[in-house]
Amino acid sequence: MDKLLKLGRDVSLLWRGYGASYLGGIKNTLLLALVATAIGCVIGLVCGILQTIPCAKTDRPFKRFFLGLIRVLVRVYVEVFRGTPMVLQAVFIFYGLPYFTDNAMRFSSVWAAAILIVSINTGAYMAESVRGGILSIDPGQTEGAKAIGMTHVQTMTSVILPQALRNIMPQIGNNFIINVKDTSVMFIISFTEFFAFHRYITGVNNMYFPSAAIEMLGYLCMTLAASFLLRWIERRMDGSSSYELVQQDALTMTAGTWSLPDAKGGR
Amino acid sequence: MAETILEVRHLSKSFGSQTVLRDVDFSVRTGDVTSIIGASGSGKSTLLRCINLLETPDSGEILFRGENVARPGFSAPAYRAKVGMVFQSFNLFNNMTVLENCVVGQVRVLRRSREQARANALRYLDRVGMAPYVNARPRQLSGGQKQRVAIARALAMEPELLLFDEPTSALDPEMVGEVLSVMRALAAEGMTMLVVTHEMAFARDVSRRVVFMDKGVICEQGSPEAIFSDPQREETRSFLARFRQS
Repeated sequence: MDKLLKLGRDVSLLWRGYGASYLGGIKNTLLLALVATAIGCVIGLVCGILQTIPCAKTDRPFKRFFLGLIRVLVRVYVEVFRGTPMVLQAVFIFYGLPYFTDNAMRFSSVWAAAILIVSINTGAYMAESVRGGILSIDPGQTEGAKAIGMTHVQTMTSVILPQALRNIMPQIGNNFIINVKDTSVMFIISFTEFFAFHRYITGVNNMYFPSAAIEMLGYLCMTLAASFLLRWIERRMDGSSSYELVQQDALTMTAGTWSLPDAKGGR
Repeated sequence: MAETILEVRHLSKSFGSQTVLRDVDFSVRTGDVTSIIGASGSGKSTLLRCINLLETPDSGEILFRGENVARPGFSAPAYRAKVGMVFQSFNLFNNMTVLENCVVGQVRVLRRSREQARANALRYLDRVGMAPYVNARPRQLSGGQKQRVAIARALAMEPELLLFDEPTSALDPEMVGEVLSVMRALAAEGMTMLVVTHEMAFARDVSRRVVFMDKGVICEQGSPEAIFSDPQREETRSFLARFRQS
C-alpha cells in the first residue's frame, strides 16, 4: 500500500514538473495519428477504386495493359509497406532522401516526414481493408448502379464506398488506435510525440517507473476516447432505424399527373 | 409501322465450357412488350444481361437504334442510361433512402439539377404508389415495395427501353400482383419493355410478342396467341404443359 502511495507521490511530482511536456506529447501524438490515419484512408480508398476497375476481354490492349500495371503497382506498394517495420521505413525515407541527393534535398520539417511515413504505412493496410470492404458489398449493388448508367468512379463514390466505408469503420478504428501507439517509433527521426517525452524526462531524473505509469495511463485514455468516438460515429452512420410516412396530400403538389415521356415523342 | 429499337444478331455466350446462348436472333420494336419465357437455365437472364452489357457476349451483335453496342471499346454507361433494368433481387442502393435511390442517377448521370430530379422522382414514385415512403430505407420495405421503387428508379431515368429480369420471382405470392399491375399500366402507357418472366398470364395477356427459349437457343417466337394456343414445337408444348399442371 505504501508503495502505491509512493508511486502516487512520484507521479504527482513528475506531473508538476513536466505536465506541460506530457500534454504537449499527447497533442503531437494525437495530431500525427489523426492526420496520418485520415490521409491513409484516402490512399486506401484510391487504391481500392484503382484495384477494382473492371477489365473486360473486349477492352483495348492499351487499357488492359494499363489496368494490369496499376494492379501490380498497388500490389507492390501494399506488400512492401505492410511487410517492413515502420521504424525502418522512417529511417529509410528520412535519411534516404538526403543520401541519394547528396544532401541537396532533405525533409525541412520532421512533422512532414512523420506524417508522410505514417500515412503511407497506414495506406498500405487500408488498401487491403478497403478491398475487403468492397468485396463485402453484394455485386447486385454494382449492377444496380451500372444499370442506370453510372461509370466505375460514380458507382464507387455514390454506392459502393459509402457502404464499404461503414463496414470497415471498425478497421479504421483499429488503424487509428494502432497509429496512436505506434507513432512512438517516430522518435527515431527525433519526432517529439508522447513517448519521446518519457525518454527526455527520465533521462534527466531516472524516474523510469513513475513516468512509465503516466505514459500507460495517457495512452489508455487516448485509445479509450478514440473507441468511444468511433462507436458514436458508427451509430451516426447507421442512421435512424425508423421512418415516417409522408402524407399523400402533401405530395400532390409536387407529384402532379404522370405521363410517359417516350410515348408522347419525348420532351 | 413501329421502328426497331433493339436487334440481336447471332449472339453467343458461354461460361467456360458451358454454352449458355447459341446464335440468338431477335428484335424488339418501339412500344412493344416482348416476353421471354422458358425453363430455368435456358439462358433468358443471360440474354437480358448481355443486352445491358452486364455480361460481355462472346460473339454476335446487339444493335440499339442501329448501333452495335457489343463492339470492343464501346462505352457502356451512356447506353445503359437509355436502357433501364429491373432486377430479380431489386438491387436498390442500401445506403440511400427511397427518394435518393431515384434521384442519384438523374443527378450524377443525366446531370439534372437536384430539385428537378427530386420532382421527377416523386412523380414516378407516386406512379408506383411508393410516394409516402420517400424517407424509408430499402431494408425497411417489403419485397413488393422494393421492386416498385426499383421500377420508379429505372423510370426516373426516362429510358427508351426497359428490361425486366424475372421481376416477381423473388416475391411472396401476395406481392406479385402489385408489381405486375404496375407493369401492366406501364405497358398500357406504351413503354417499350423486354420482360423475362415465369408469369405466363402476364406473357399471354400483356405482351405483343413472346419468345420461348430452350437450352440457349430461341426455340419459337411469335404472337402470344400463336405461342400459347398453337405452339409449333414439341419443346414449347411440353414446357407449357408443365406450367398448366402446376
